[in-house]
Amino acid sequence: MTKKKETIINVSLIVALLVVLYVMEHTIPSTAMIFTVLKKGAIYALVAVSMNLLNGFTGLFSLGQAGFMLLGAYTYGILTIPAEQREFVYMYYDGGIIHFSVPVVVALVAAGIVAAAFAYLIGLPVLRLKSDYLAIATLGFAEIIRAIFQWDKLGPVTNGSNLLKSYPTFKSVLFPFIVSGICIAVIVMLINSTYGRAFKAIRDDEVAAEAMGINLAHHKRIAFVVSSFFAGISGALLAMYQTTIQASMFKSAMTYEILLIVVIGGIGSVTGSCLSSFLFIILSEWLLRFLDSDMYIGDFHVPLLRAGFRKVVFSVIIMIIVLFFRKGIMGTKEFSVRGIYNFFTRKKKAAKGGDSND
Amino acid sequence: MTNVLKVENVTMQFGGVVAVDNMNLEVNKGEIVSLIGPNGAGKTTAFNVITGVYAPTNGAVYFNGTKIIENHPQGKMKKLYKGENNGKYSSVLAPTPDKITKMGIARTFQNIRLFKSQTVFENILIAKHLRRTSNLFTATFHLNGKEEAEMRKQTEDLLRILGLEDVKDEMATSLPYGKQRRLEIARAMATEPTLLLLDEPAAGMNPQETEELTAFIGRIRDEFGMTIFMIEHHMDLVMEISDRIYVLDFGKPIAAGTPEEVQNNPRVIEAYLGGAVDE
Repeated sequence: MTKKKETIINVSLIVALLVVLYVMEHTIPSTAMIFTVLKKGAIYALVAVSMNLLNGFTGLFSLGQAGFMLLGAYTYGILTIPAEQREFVYMYYDGGIIHFSVPVVVALVAAGIVAAAFAYLIGLPVLRLKSDYLAIATLGFAEIIRAIFQWDKLGPVTNGSNLLKSYPTFKSVLFPFIVSGICIAVIVMLINSTYGRAFKAIRDDEVAAEAMGINLAHHKRIAFVVSSFFAGISGALLAMYQTTIQASMFKSAMTYEILLIVVIGGIGSVTGSCLSSFLFIILSEWLLRFLDSDMYIGDFHVPLLRAGFRKVVFSVIIMIIVLFFRKGIMGTKEFSVRGIYNFFTRKKKAAKGGDSND
Repeated sequence: MTNVLKVENVTMQFGGVVAVDNMNLEVNKGEIVSLIGPNGAGKTTAFNVITGVYAPTNGAVYFNGTKIIENHPQGKMKKLYKGENNGKYSSVLAPTPDKITKMGIARTFQNIRLFKSQTVFENILIAKHLRRTSNLFTATFHLNGKEEAEMRKQTEDLLRILGLEDVKDEMATSLPYGKQRRLEIARAMATEPTLLLLDEPAAGMNPQETEELTAFIGRIRDEFGMTIFMIEHHMDLVMEISDRIYVLDFGKPIAAGTPEEVQNNPRVIEAYLGGAVDE
């Protein structure tokens, strides 16, 4: 299969997907659960891939993702609330101190840039740490950021612990798909570039990578900043999806959810992260919802089912995965048109010339 | 003759332990020089100082006549320092290993350190990263197609010259031991060095593999005009291909010279056989 052919197939698949989504939107009522899954799944796919860039491809075990999403979400909200709405949103802070708003696309990019800028500053001291210590430090950062954003003194900007709302959101499921798609494509291109190879080298063996002339500090910082940039954008998307922002949304539990997605999908697999984020959202928002409510079969009260039980089930799932399926769905493999093509042609070849060795 | 590498009065002290004690040595262009000595003599530590893993406690290192590393006892080491030439050096020059590699000193490791999840080809391709001219932006958006193609071509060429072409798509760790060693050397070569440091390249090899390696190292020197400085325990290998040998014992160089001179040096025999010379 030629490269050109592959590109054509890939592009037509993407177009087909978008068309299917478009048609679905015009035939299925918009309150259907499937749209929740698709929207949230696309957003989580982006943040999972950005976390995978760091954890899976560069080998930096960071747990700051929720913090960077919070930065992105707030940046987006603060910059896009229409000027005439600010009076109501910032009602406890005399309308806040910002009195302009920018277009959605600009705000999305700004969300990424703010997250990236913070990542750069945090990275200076934190990236000297290794493995678990890095995880602890980034987790701490995320918690501190959350606390700071709820601080009353910053109210004129962040609205304190009150909601940010009334900013522009999306209705169509196509929006998160396109934005996430573009961002994931950029991450994939980065991974396939010479920098991506350097990241993988650092993951495999830091000492050897450094001996190969790879500047560890520089490359780790790039991975950290780029990952945070896209986490920021996904935070902004999440804000659009939720229609309101509150700092308490971005708890460390959110980071763990994303970590769970990355681990289920396979650490070091982009397509794995995408697949598992949809899978995770389907399970948690849809199929396993029943775990959280009391259930009666006739007169029989099913034991254990009550609010919060879903979390227990997820904890058990993550334990099972860590113990028995450490590689996740995809391991480090990728799902691609070429891969499928090779898979089938190899089978054919094997069937054709099974035992002749010529 | 011009010396490629010059180690001048280098002392490496960890707390109270002196691992390398006032070491002086020179490696000239096109030579194969070996560093030998009993276990714990400080050979690998010397390599780690030259490649920037450790900053020496005192002393300097020159590469092609330029000073690349210099340090003097500082902080609490001021009191603890037991070596010589204290006070001779005053400035601090401590580049990280990647900078040293960029200058043209490449190394291999005592325990093989290949990139495990990657193929032979990718292992070598990574070494081309440091000679890039593209930046993050051009590399991400694949605007450096020409350079990328050039990197791949150079990698292919190197694989062919070093006889690893037939295994290029195999995982690095699936190779037999001897080939892994060879791949590690090839990867170091891919950084386009002028000086190659090999840390026990024949460790764990059987006699036949050692013989192949000997020929391989000789070829690298001849075909690439490489200068080679290596640590080795296999005396057959050392005696066969070394132009000169330095012997290290308890961090101190105790002898230097051609293989014949070193073999007959009573101090060397003493160091290796433990003072049984006079009996």
